[in-house]
Amino acid sequence: MTVIKARFALNYGDFKLEVDLSLPSTGVSVLFGHSGSGKTTLLRCIAGLEQAAQGYLALNGTIWQDSEQHIFLPTYKRPLGYVFQDANLFSHLSVLDNLHYGLKRVKNNLGLIKLNQAVELLGIGHLLARMPNHLSGGERQRIAIARALALNPEILLMDEPLASLDFKRKQEILPYLSKLHQQLDIPVLYVTHSQQEMAQLADTLVILEDGHILAAGSLSATQSRLDLPLAHDREAATVWQVIIAEHESHYHLTRVDFDGGSLSIPAVDAKMGTVLRIQIYARDVSITLTESSATSILNVLPAIISEFTEGQNGQALIQLQVGKGLLLAHITRKSLLLLGLQIGMPVFVQIKGTSILN
Amino acid sequence: MLSSEDLDTLLLTFKVAGMATTIMLLIGTPLAWWLTRTRSVWKGSINAIVALPLVLPPTVLGFYLLVLMGPSGVIGKFTNWLGLGTLAFSFYGLVIGSVLYSMPFVVQPLQAAFAMIGKQPLEAAATLRASPFDSFVSVVMPLAKPGFITAAILGFTHTVGEFGVVLMIGGNIPNKTRVVSVQIYNHVEALEYSEAHWLAGCLLLFSFTVLLILYTQLKASPVAQPFK
Repeated sequence: MTVIKARFALNYGDFKLEVDLSLPSTGVSVLFGHSGSGKTTLLRCIAGLEQAAQGYLALNGTIWQDSEQHIFLPTYKRPLGYVFQDANLFSHLSVLDNLHYGLKRVKNNLGLIKLNQAVELLGIGHLLARMPNHLSGGERQRIAIARALALNPEILLMDEPLASLDFKRKQEILPYLSKLHQQLDIPVLYVTHSQQEMAQLADTLVILEDGHILAAGSLSATQSRLDLPLAHDREAATVWQVIIAEHESHYHLTRVDFDGGSLSIPAVDAKMGTVLRIQIYARDVSITLTESSATSILNVLPAIISEFTEGQNGQALIQLQVGKGLLLAHITRKSLLLLGLQIGMPVFVQIKGTSILN
Repeated sequence: MLSSEDLDTLLLTFKVAGMATTIMLLIGTPLAWWLTRTRSVWKGSINAIVALPLVLPPTVLGFYLLVLMGPSGVIGKFTNWLGLGTLAFSFYGLVIGSVLYSMPFVVQPLQAAFAMIGKQPLEAAATLRASPFDSFVSVVMPLAKPGFITAAILGFTHTVGEFGVVLMIGGNIPNKTRVVSVQIYNHVEALEYSEAHWLAGCLLLFSFTVLLILYTQLKASPVAQPFK
């Protein structure tokens, strides 16, 4: 179901943005790219903050911009929520007045309920009487998120909300964002250059480079594309959605199911049936031709080689189909040749480790 | 001591300055906002015109205003046609001259204050459903408050102190156009040094008090201090 349609062209001297994009109406779409790739500019175009941009934008069938027909809905008339990179709270208003600023201006009965939910979810109830310059960066960002949610928007736009925070603050906010991700029923566009945030939050991944779109698709499909730089990165990984199936507490392990098999992961303190996001690094995956029973590695799964490419420095990159999921493996070129790996070949993957993202 | 005539001039002076300051704030606020935000080719010219009284001798400005507002000037003919008579040598003529003469002292602090706010708070306000006018009132005005205070104080005090323009277009008519700076001049001309001392002392005290408030109460805001 595609309901966000965006097509923009914008020229700023050396920089040129040219994108044509369709995005799903649910879940988090991460706009990913290096600085200068145009991801923030694209987000600003969607918000109507770049008035020079020519193009077309429609959300759920409502046209927000159509330059050919001279339609341009000004930002303040677009039902969106926007979280700026540096929070951008009003310094002359208290936290409470900041939160109520937008709320007072929308004709919407749900706003106050949404605000109260957001205040609780983001843990900012004790900050309401303070002034913004007496807050930490992380607190400011949480208030900015609640302020945007109080509008009960149809779409939430977030521009690198964690980029200006140090590592500790990031780790403090990421859990809130994960929780938001699970509870929000509106689409979220999230700009970041961090692979960690992308892995943790994305359902859909859009990769931008030099003002155009390099790739767009579901997270795991896009992550495991061998023709994109992401798969060649040292930190290359794939993210899977899994469901807790069994607790093996005497081993301190949890068994999780995915579409086509199951995995053992370090014990997770959550109810059966809970959905988890786990990340498997390509460097933690090795390939064997037979299902060796004599191995200390717990997770050995049947797989089919779907694609491979030879990288630099004697490395090879393999894409495998495991059940309905895709997996990446970084191995040496020597192993590729010795094992005689071919596309379509059934093999077994040994997964040395997984990390849980939420 | 101050004579009742001196008190009248003081009262008239504050009346002119108060009215001129109100008008300057009403015109100067949108003008300063436009000058801060615009990319128009006219920006440079308008800025230069607004700043002109800073460098122009007051008598020159007064001379042109006298010519324009006099019976054969463009403005004079217009006001005569309206049945208002001429503005030269009248209270309102004095107010108009003061507005033009002191305008840069109002527009420039406002421009500085608006520029310092930047566009970020406005973008935040727009994403929070505030229309441009709404965000000007609810975000720009409170954030630029020190700039408004400075503009009002400078505009007022500068009008109180003007002499050249007043003499050219207002003359020296008691209770109508005779302001305190002219009255001091009259006292000195008549060798009434003691009376001149009293009036001059009042103005000195007034000016110092105003600046003292400006520099102590608003010290947190750099915009509020144009003279560093």
